[in-house]
Amino acid sequence: MRKNLFNLGAVLQGFRTTVSFAFRKKPTIEYPSVRKQHSPRFHGLHELRRYADGKERCIGCELCAIACPANAITVVGAENAPADRRSPGERYAARYEIDELRCIFCGLCEEACPTDAIVLTPRFEMADYRRGAFIYSKDRLLVPPTAGIGTSPDERPGGIPSDLGSVTNQKSTVDIKDGYDATWRGGLLKEDRKGLAG
Amino acid sequence: MNEWVIVVAKSLLILLVVITTFAYSMLFERKIMGWMQMRWGPNRVGPWGLMQPAADAAKMMFKEDLTPRTADPIIYRLAPFISLICAMGVYAVIPFSETSSGSLWSVSDVNAGILFVFALTSMGVYGISLAGWSSGSKFPLLGSVRATAQMISYELAMTMSVIGVLILAQTTSLRGIVHAQYGLWFIVPQLLGFFIYLITAVAETNRAPFDLVEAETELVAGFHTEYSGLRFGLFFIAEYLNMITVSCLATLLFLGGWNAPFGLTMVPGLVWFVLKAALFLFLYIWLRATLPRIRYDRLMALGWKVLLPLATLNLIVTAVVVALLPPR
Repeated sequence: MRKNLFNLGAVLQGFRTTVSFAFRKKPTIEYPSVRKQHSPRFHGLHELRRYADGKERCIGCELCAIACPANAITVVGAENAPADRRSPGERYAARYEIDELRCIFCGLCEEACPTDAIVLTPRFEMADYRRGAFIYSKDRLLVPPTAGIGTSPDERPGGIPSDLGSVTNQKSTVDIKDGYDATWRGGLLKEDRKGLAG
Repeated sequence: MNEWVIVVAKSLLILLVVITTFAYSMLFERKIMGWMQMRWGPNRVGPWGLMQPAADAAKMMFKEDLTPRTADPIIYRLAPFISLICAMGVYAVIPFSETSSGSLWSVSDVNAGILFVFALTSMGVYGISLAGWSSGSKFPLLGSVRATAQMISYELAMTMSVIGVLILAQTTSLRGIVHAQYGLWFIVPQLLGFFIYLITAVAETNRAPFDLVEAETELVAGFHTEYSGLRFGLFFIAEYLNMITVSCLATLLFLGGWNAPFGLTMVPGLVWFVLKAALFLFLYIWLRATLPRIRYDRLMALGWKVLLPLATLNLIVTAVVVALLPPR
């Protein structure tokens, strides 16, 4: 105890340390006014892109929803109406919803997408007071018609590649009667499909 | 009648000044603590966070004022006021400066000022003890038991260390003590007493590293665990006011009050007083940022086995030396 009570050298050393720390550079990033530079490959909020002509890239194939490890994505595809084509392909996403609270921002949806429709942007400020507000549907995910880039398959020189036709020969899991596949989500989503185009 | 008006006006002014000082000493502490921990401290409300005290006050006022079912309702509600009144009453006798014509910057010039100060600061522990006891909860009770024991242990050494100054000054008037330091500040002949005073003052005001009364690692928040809202705020004010009080006292007793050092008399005495008191406040904060909380048995051992004998020694040596020296 004597040693601890009278160990003044160590105490003074402590005082010196705290004062020297007071003049050090602070590592704090004062967030709202100062923003950290994120990597361009930062995984943030999703975005559904368009082609240059304003058509949606998404063809409603649900590969993103299947790839999603968190089951955060819901896609309800529908046939394009010939008079009002939303996407260059046969189908488009009538509903496309991502629950950003479930999302783990892994980017697997981005990798799974055959048309590069879904991408992760560096945006990350999504705070809200209501849970429901975190379910992002097409109205918030889809970029404005002027912001898209790229070309659609049917605008490529030579038209649609012929090998795309081979897909039709594969065994389909889609129930002819319902027009939807036989997974558990399919049953849940039957209701959602009612009244949609196609 | 006219005298009463002056006293009331002076009291109101000092109340305003003291509350403002409290608010900004709190901000000062949070800033300094932040810097010492490589943080910025509060800097969002107003420029450099200068409106933070106002924001905190507004927040405090809108918090719910809870009274536990097991609490003694009257004493529970009264305790914060005891603490605060004792902490504020001290400022009635503390002189801040003196004009060249000899009039004193204080509410009143009491000839036994130092006794009044010690009487009131000792009463302050009743607020803490009663708060802990009347909360009807175990942690506050432990906190208040600790407060009582700690106060008794350190009050003795503190008073003893101050008696050395009183012997040198031959007066108990705070003004007289400062006048006695026109030649030599008492920190020089009373260096040991000064350090004992410093340590015991920290323990008296329940500040880190002697904040056993509200040790959050063991006692949640000690005596004010059950308090919330404005009543908690009152304890908070009382704690800081006590801190400022002992800083002012240290300035008056050991650092020559409003006396200018090195003959720098062109700076007004009030500025010197404030600077010296601020130095002690900084020391408090520095101490809190540096030292971990002392263990309870060591706190007691330090008080009774080290500080009290040293203070007694200091008192005896001072008394003998003053008695042997030729009278001035």
